[in-house]
Amino acid sequence: MSSLTASFAALADPTRRAILARLALGEATVTELAKPFEMTQPAISQHLKVLEEAGLIVQRIDGTKRPRRLAKAGIEAMDQWLAMLRKALEKNYDRLDEVLAAMEPTTKGKKR
Amino acid sequence: MNTMTKMTLKTEGDTHIVVTRRFAAPPEAVYRAHTDPKIIQKWLLGPEGWTMPVCISDAQPGGKFRYEWSHPKQGSFHITGEYIELEPHSRIVHVERMHLPDPTPENHVETRFEADGSGTLMTIRMTLPDAQTRAAMLATGMERGMEASYVRLESVL
Repeated sequence: MSSLTASFAALADPTRRAILARLALGEATVTELAKPFEMTQPAISQHLKVLEEAGLIVQRIDGTKRPRRLAKAGIEAMDQWLAMLRKALEKNYDRLDEVLAAMEPTTKGKKR
Repeated sequence: MNTMTKMTLKTEGDTHIVVTRRFAAPPEAVYRAHTDPKIIQKWLLGPEGWTMPVCISDAQPGGKFRYEWSHPKQGSFHITGEYIELEPHSRIVHVERMHLPDPTPENHVETRFEADGSGTLMTIRMTLPDAQTRAAMLATGMERGMEASYVRLESVL
């Protein structure tokens, strides 16, 4: 199942978003993923299962290891996040432009 | 948006994030807008719907700041930090961490304000402890919207 609904549900959790962000840096095993999040491996595995079912990540078999990487839908989700973040930042600074203009009502109106 | 105010956002090495933005106002005003809590509270709000009910900023070396954000549906979170160096009106160095509610690793941030014609070129350079922290901050930043700061990525320009 890789419906939009499943993706949305998978992305609703901050840990899962962080896992995706980590995987955007490259393939990682459960052990490697568990470390920065200070979570147990079973807890991480549960999150990975949700991400996998949503079609956001895929696993590869390498001996006893099963490294995960982003699937195409996961890469697209990351791109979307970046766009959202960028938009939020731009919104902050557009707001600041207005605040600054109001701080100096008499100012430099000639500037473009 | 015109080219004058266009923002850039890019990663540098494994642990840095650099944001630049131009403003029409002079460095004095932009610096003040980044240190005076009454002004910060007006613009550092991220996406629509978020407010900042608490904004404390003691802008002196060793001084602390605390920003709390709230959203009717998405809950609330806060950032705490300390000012390390302040050079009015050209440079601010501080550290900060988000509380989700557990504190994230520290983000070390240097913000420069340079005169650019009659306006200002602002350059924010963030340093995270490691690449994984930067990645994790990217994710939480995206969720929270306002952690402009915490991005890993190529400039989209």
